[in-house]
Amino acid sequence: MPAVEPTTPPVTPPHDETVPHTHPEPGVDPHPPLGRAGRALRVGIGGPVGSGKTALVAALCRAFADELRLGVVTNDIYTTEDADFLRRAGVLDPARIRAVETGCCPHTAIRDDIGANLDAIDELAEAVGPLDLVLVESGGDNLTATFSRGLVDRQIFVVDVAGGDKVPRKGGPGVTAADLLVINKTDLAPMVGADLAVMDRDARARRGDLPTLFLSIVGDPTATSVADWIRHELAHHAALHPLAAPVGPA
Amino acid sequence: MATPSLLLLLADGRFPAGAHAHSGGLEAAVAAGRVTDLPTLEAFLAGRLATAGLVGAAFAAAAHRAAALAEPCVRSAALTEPAVRSAALARLDAELDARTAAPALRAVSRRQGRALLRAGRAIWPDAPFADLPATPGGAHQPLVLGLLCAAAGLSRLETATIAAYGTVTGAASAGVRLLGLDPYRVQALLVGLADACDGTAAEAARAADDPPERLPAAAAPLADIHAEIHATWEVRLFAS
Repeated sequence: MPAVEPTTPPVTPPHDETVPHTHPEPGVDPHPPLGRAGRALRVGIGGPVGSGKTALVAALCRAFADELRLGVVTNDIYTTEDADFLRRAGVLDPARIRAVETGCCPHTAIRDDIGANLDAIDELAEAVGPLDLVLVESGGDNLTATFSRGLVDRQIFVVDVAGGDKVPRKGGPGVTAADLLVINKTDLAPMVGADLAVMDRDARARRGDLPTLFLSIVGDPTATSVADWIRHELAHHAALHPLAAPVGPA
Repeated sequence: MATPSLLLLLADGRFPAGAHAHSGGLEAAVAAGRVTDLPTLEAFLAGRLATAGLVGAAFAAAAHRAAALAEPCVRSAALTEPAVRSAALARLDAELDARTAAPALRAVSRRQGRALLRAGRAIWPDAPFADLPATPGGAHQPLVLGLLCAAAGLSRLETATIAAYGTVTGAASAGVRLLGLDPYRVQALLVGLADACDGTAAEAARAADDPPERLPAAAAPLADIHAEIHATWEVRLFAS
């Protein structure tokens, strides 16, 4: 094998001096870094039971562990199962995970009566300091469950191919209105006879310009495409909520 | 000023104050086999009304009274109006703490107080919520309710009625979910309890004239024990 040639330093492009200007702090990027906003971006992750919401949260924890100050709030039908799964998975410091109990009604806690979730987000920030991103995972619910805009800034709806390729066509507010639709477990499509092209076509018909991503966490344990979508939303959020903005409600 | 719509609004289980996540001790009573059907649910609700219902309503009424502490009531020139109010509320908070034997139930009451406070601050930003005691975990729910009702312009009796009503309707709705009971018959059961609920509210509103240490202190040791056990469960549907 030939030895690797030492990389030649890149040629610096000629500096445009036609417009007189100065650099007050040449070594410093004047833009705030991604996600360092005044208030954390809150992203809700909802979807039917077993569609892979908790696995997606775990994948995003892996993706962002060294990049962002992250917190996770889970809403379970029964006690703290999803929070316990995340703690055991070791993808995030357990202090950064909170569980909300929802009294048989996981959709109520994320849509109609959001106080317990807002409390949990406040408690996270009190416990571990300021956050850049909070993922709020809903308890497994049906296709009608959506997050209140009073709780989250953006919401992701997760369905899976094993739930049937008719799910995007059936619609419902999660499928039609979520900021991002994730069609998960694409690796199972051949085994369950799901037609991804049909799901893609139906999702486009239902969602108009809203994005849809196909995902297999088996093949991509950091859910790269979803993480990139969140990075994009973070940059947008940081521009809207500069550092000077007050942090959360008192 | 009569404000029946505001009374209904604040008594409504859909008011976003976290009530949906609590069974008022019913989940533990069901698991213990003590509530299994309509008659046992009725007995549970009557007992809850006479204990937690009366105490909560009396403290809500007393907090409503404290909210109305106005300039003419200030005897000492050294005390400003908010100082009088916050001292009265702090004393009520301590007295209610003493009446809530189970640590789990104290935590639940404070958590529900925080949820109600969040709603109250958003809806009536000028109400004197800042005078609530800065207890760790937040003020007890009946205190927040008293201030909220005062801000809404409700009377002391209306305040006590909301508190008493909430202690039975929340548990009744949990009964429908936990036991699969016929919802019409559960509503009929609540209709049957309406007189008792109004009587409890009237008694609580009268009691609010007494000094805090004389307020009702009815308790149910079994409910306290159930609450402590419930808090240790690994799998439960309701937060309390």
